[in-house]
Amino acid sequence: MFGYSYGELGAIFAMQGFAGISLFSVLLLMALGLAIIFGQMGVINMAHGEFMAAGAYTTYLLSTITEKHFPGFMPYYFIFAIIAAFFVAAILGYIAEFALIRFLYKRPLDTLLATWGLSLIMQQAYRSIFGAREVSPTLPDWLLGSVQPTDMIDIPINGMFVLGLTLFITLAVFYLMFKSSWGLKVRATTQNRLMSGAVGINTKKVDRYTFALGCGIAGVAGAAFTTIASTGPTTGTLYIVDTFMVVVFGGAASLLGTIASAFSIAQAQSILEFFISGSMAKVFTLLTLVIILMFRPEGLFASKVRR
Amino acid sequence: MRDQYDHSRLGRRTLLKALSLLPAGALLASQLSFAEVNTTGLAVTDTEVTVGILHSLTGTMAISETGAQEAEKLAIKQINDMGGVLGRKIKIIQEDGASDWPTFAEKSRKLLVNDKVAAVFGCWTSASRKAALPVFEKENGLLYYPTFYEGLEQSKNVIYTGQEATQQILDGLNWVAKEKGAKTFYLIGSDYIWPRTSMKIARKHIEKVLGGKVVGEEYKPLGDTQFGSVINKIRLKKPDVIYAAVVGGSNVAWFKQLKAAGITADKQTLLTISVTEDEVLGIGGENLEGFYSIMKYFQSQDNENNKAFVKAFKEMWGDDSVIGDVTQAAYLGPWLWKAAVEKAGSFDVDKVVAASEEGDIELTTAPEGYVKLHPNHHLWSKARVGKWKKDGQAEVVYTSDLIEPDPFPEGYQ
Repeated sequence: MFGYSYGELGAIFAMQGFAGISLFSVLLLMALGLAIIFGQMGVINMAHGEFMAAGAYTTYLLSTITEKHFPGFMPYYFIFAIIAAFFVAAILGYIAEFALIRFLYKRPLDTLLATWGLSLIMQQAYRSIFGAREVSPTLPDWLLGSVQPTDMIDIPINGMFVLGLTLFITLAVFYLMFKSSWGLKVRATTQNRLMSGAVGINTKKVDRYTFALGCGIAGVAGAAFTTIASTGPTTGTLYIVDTFMVVVFGGAASLLGTIASAFSIAQAQSILEFFISGSMAKVFTLLTLVIILMFRPEGLFASKVRR
Repeated sequence: MRDQYDHSRLGRRTLLKALSLLPAGALLASQLSFAEVNTTGLAVTDTEVTVGILHSLTGTMAISETGAQEAEKLAIKQINDMGGVLGRKIKIIQEDGASDWPTFAEKSRKLLVNDKVAAVFGCWTSASRKAALPVFEKENGLLYYPTFYEGLEQSKNVIYTGQEATQQILDGLNWVAKEKGAKTFYLIGSDYIWPRTSMKIARKHIEKVLGGKVVGEEYKPLGDTQFGSVINKIRLKKPDVIYAAVVGGSNVAWFKQLKAAGITADKQTLLTISVTEDEVLGIGGENLEGFYSIMKYFQSQDNENNKAFVKAFKEMWGDDSVIGDVTQAAYLGPWLWKAAVEKAGSFDVDKVVAASEEGDIELTTAPEGYVKLHPNHHLWSKARVGKWKKDGQAEVVYTSDLIEPDPFPEGYQ
């Protein structure tokens, strides 16, 4: 077949499958935060990519500090960088909600404009603080290289790491949303804000923490992406279109939909890319999405929220 | 009314008197009055000449263009410290092209029509140059363009200080075919005009001249960070050489993922035409170790000119700054302009261009060694292959003879 031996083909399928799964984890990690914020609060957060960049820059800062002052700590700093990235982005999100978003809850289109403005401000801030050049943290050695189950198969360790992190974050989000009492309050607020307030839920507090959580997950995504790509002031804009695509395709308010949509887009992209060129694969993926959305405008998993 | 009339008469008389004295004074100061060195009304006074710098300070290209405008400012500062050009200090008007091609055209018009600058140093992408070109031709301006590019262009109003295709793309392929015995090539680039044109030229050279074979050709969207599938295709095809023109931030993802997939220099030869010290800063030397770039300049080049240049650049822009190929080419611009203006004895664009086209303008002080301006507006230059080291610097493993620029190579159009 195609002039390759079966062994070669098997190895390629294994690695190609992994390339798809690794794209899936990238898309999902970005889309989760966006889906939480939109699904629970109805806010279209155009600055999501910039919160991601905040996480990436945090990782870069920690890497530089560790390298200069505590070189012996290099192998372990990355774990702390992920945690720090979460909190930095979450705190920034908390402030943004307090200073800007909470005034716009009844005007969803205005949240789009306001957060877009916020994204421009954040980009310029990164440019002023870190400079226009793209930066990249020094990664610990254990994150580089690959695992070789056979001679022909190389599974990248950074890809597996991002995948593991994505699984962990996804499970944590599900636990928070569907098993914890806080998740109960979030879901109650989404369904009926007035009634939730009447039974004693502090809906303002719920909003603020939900927004902070969404931004924090974006920060973790940023930390994870430093293992595969660089960070610049406009890094966020690279991912934001793909991320919105995943959220819209999945059905904007549904977490399960987000997962299904990230998975199908990633696999389609990865399989197509193997047979046609990268740019054309993207065109076909987008075209298919548009056609499916014409028949299912509400996305794969429609939400059944009482309006 | 009467008072005012008298006052203005007085003013005019004083002015006339002053004017009659001016040429004498100016001659003493600079030996040449502006009437003689500037007959076309450029922004030249007896003590000052104004030039423009036009690069992207914002937007996605700011990453690359920062170094170029820093080098141009350094050259201008050094020229001013030496007494300027024709006895005049150079004044800079800087505009931001904002990585947006229409803005480049608009700012070019502003610099040429409103500010009447004597020369402009700027542009980076082929798209920004193509956008600004009609303005320079219509207003008869003079542009010094520093980036290596695909060639196939020559304008009276542009001096190209970077290398064109034969000085980079073809020489690089020749080197890798000879040195590594390469027969099969995998071409990969970002999806826009420069990589696509470069690969078109490369493919013709591989198939017709080298007798080799292109086993794959792939373009990824600008800024893309997912190279998994391409890398798997490369594994299947097992090319002798990966020939790459991936641009900007994508490079970081590309090289990190190559390394993670186990495609390293000890197993695979890779030659790129788009990675300079600037990009390596982001990629990290450890991800690039052992791969090759073909450029005309590397910061590690070992000669006295370059040592002085690197030292002066770091003094002005900080110890952390690095110097890539285009940064050096941008540095040549003001010096070449100074040489041409002094030869012409005038700032007039037509005279400066005529002086440049005589083909005897040389810079023995260029950091890359020796450069000479060819009548076709490009530079004679050497191609060099650098092997990347872990510390982000390159070891020069090959230096060509001086290559005559040929922007329209036969059979490649």
